[in-house]
Amino acid sequence: MNTHQKTYHPYASPFDPCKPLTEKTYSTPPHLYMGFQPPNLPQFTPAEALRAGTLWKDFYDPYFNSFERAKGGPQT
Amino acid sequence: MWIYEKKLQYPVRVSTCNPTLAKYLIEQYGGADGELAAALRYLNQRYTIPDKVIGLLTDIGTEEFAHLEMIATMVYKLTKDATPEQMKAAGLGDHYANHDGALFYQNAAGVPWTASYIAAKGDPIADLYEDIAAEEKARATYQWLINLSDDPDINDSLRFLREREIIHAQRFREAVEILKEERDRQTIF
Ligand SMILES: [Fe+2]
Repeated sequence: MNTHQKTYHPYASPFDPCKPLTEKTYSTPPHLYMGFQPPNLPQFTPAEALRAGTLWKDFYDPYFNSFERAKGGPQT
Repeated sequence: MWIYEKKLQYPVRVSTCNPTLAKYLIEQYGGADGELAAALRYLNQRYTIPDKVIGLLTDIGTEEFAHLEMIATMVYKLTKDATPEQMKAAGLGDHYANHDGALFYQNAAGVPWTASYIAAKGDPIADLYEDIAAEEKARATYQWLINLSDDPDINDSLRFLREREIIHAQRFREAVEILKEERDRQTIF
């Protein structure tokens, strides 16, 4: 399975005015790896799908900010 | 023609009085990668795209109006009881000077919406690539809005909207594959 987030490490100068962010992240949602959707993918129930925003489990990629993640939200 | 259903596509609840958040959310209302631009872009491109993918542009363009309505509801709820002082403190004093509490098609910095945000090249591949890029940019905007917001209910709705952008991007990518007409010969990785 593909990860939905990638990281990189930008250069930090000793003279940078702000505390450097040593690790940066960016989203790589599942559809980037899918190509044409193959048949018979697993589905959410209708009630779950209405909440998730998609019928297809393989496309589900909820995004949380760092505060939500710190409070124990999903680590995506 | 359209049929209107008098309910939101996904519930919009607001947990805290926070007009500053409304100022940021306006980016998705009248910004370059916002829902208005999306709806108008797709519904206009429909006329000059191969008929195999017209229906997709109609469906997604229509859904973008449902998203626009959700964003409008968020902005309205966040500002409807704000006093002029609260608007000023939220950075919305200049908005108030022009509009009172009315919504307006502008971005988070107050720049009014313009048709130059959207393109219609008439070349099906060029137009669909523009649409894919627009969806990825809207997805990114939702990420930055979620990062700026500490309202759990708003974030729940924003997460739904971001997921829809992922699905739209996927469908536009598939539309490109359909127009390439070599789908059956293609290996799926
Ligand atoms: Fe969209």
